[in-house]
Amino acid sequence: MSTPTLKQNPTHAGSTIVGIGAYRPSVIVTNEDVCQWIDSSDEWIQQRTGIITRHRAPREVSVVDMAVDAGAEAIKNAGIEPSQIGAVLVSTVSHPYATPSAAALIADKIGANPAPAYDISAACAGYCYGVAQADALVRSGVADYVLVIGAEKLSDVIDNHERTISFLLGDGAGAVVIGPSDEPGISPAVWGSDGSKWDTIGMTSSLLDVRDFSEQAMKSDGVELAAASEAHAALWPTLRQDGQTVFRWAVWEMAKMAKKALEVAGITADDLGAFVPHQANMRIIDELAKQLKLPEHVIIGRDIADAGNTSAASIPLATHRLLAENPELSGKLSLQIGFGAGLVFGAQVVRLP
Amino acid sequence: MASNEEILAGLAEIVNEETGLAPEAVELDKSFTDDLDIDSISMMTIVVNAEEKFDVKIPDEEVKNLKTVGDAVSFIAGAQA
Repeated sequence: MSTPTLKQNPTHAGSTIVGIGAYRPSVIVTNEDVCQWIDSSDEWIQQRTGIITRHRAPREVSVVDMAVDAGAEAIKNAGIEPSQIGAVLVSTVSHPYATPSAAALIADKIGANPAPAYDISAACAGYCYGVAQADALVRSGVADYVLVIGAEKLSDVIDNHERTISFLLGDGAGAVVIGPSDEPGISPAVWGSDGSKWDTIGMTSSLLDVRDFSEQAMKSDGVELAAASEAHAALWPTLRQDGQTVFRWAVWEMAKMAKKALEVAGITADDLGAFVPHQANMRIIDELAKQLKLPEHVIIGRDIADAGNTSAASIPLATHRLLAENPELSGKLSLQIGFGAGLVFGAQVVRLP
Repeated sequence: MASNEEILAGLAEIVNEETGLAPEAVELDKSFTDDLDIDSISMMTIVVNAEEKFDVKIPDEEVKNLKTVGDAVSFIAGAQA
């Protein structure tokens, strides 16, 4: 009996972003609002972070709702039917179920059922991770079109009274459709992780702590436990960071990765139309731009001033806004770099839709 | 290897570039936060620039101990030795 030859997918020569969408929730939280919760001032917050407002979603709007809106716009913008989507990748750290995924529900709501769908847990690098995977899926012929969404409802996982990270954060969703193209539209990803800094950004406690706390609370009257600050963290885990350590890594290590992304793309900063780093802090964005010695014509995404830091959603949201405000950027190259909890990072150059 | 005076002068230059403070204001007994009004992000920028200038490593956990300009000068001098 002869050995049968396996069939493999016919491949596509290139991949590119063919559509983009965004969802910005309706509630605007000002620095004055934030100063009701922490001892600070509008001036202090603006000077240290560049943030003036952040958008947050009302209680009844979920991560999935925001993702569906952004995804639907991206599909419409791509000029395809939802049924043509061959995979749905959703980057999020604020979908409140460990399982089932946000992606499966989003795929169904968006009309892409039964496309394969899964969540990516790569925090603020999640969108760039998704783009890297989508590029591989399209070029290898696994899918013709892949929907990549970054969606976060970070307001569900913050403690308004802590001051390392909560006041920076906002909610929102951004999405792109990646499809086949004759010309390369997505450069190789420069991506990676550094788990030695695992505890520099993350949740105050694990789900196991929540379970143990609940068990203890049920045995006692619960009141004394709730009074203890450690117990409070276990009641509902929220985000924290070691800002100074993260800042050093985000600027000087990420500047190296951004330069490497240009190098592997075979271009220089002069060839860029835009630079869209993760919208973590305006000071990081400014310092990164300085390190990269970007020429003046490169337009820098600074959505953070109004939107705050929206983790996985920040790069597609900022890109969506740049394209709306500067339509001439369409077809030009954008360097994007995401970095965050893990620590993880991902960078690539994309051709703007 | 730089002398303490050279380290102080170099630090003053770095602080001036980051904050615009006059180099003469950067004195050994001055606190980075209380006297020079340098925030944690600017402090990190100063630290990274000092690492480059003096060819030393200043670990993250050490940065918290550098309260005054004198602390930074001593640390850099020690790290160079």
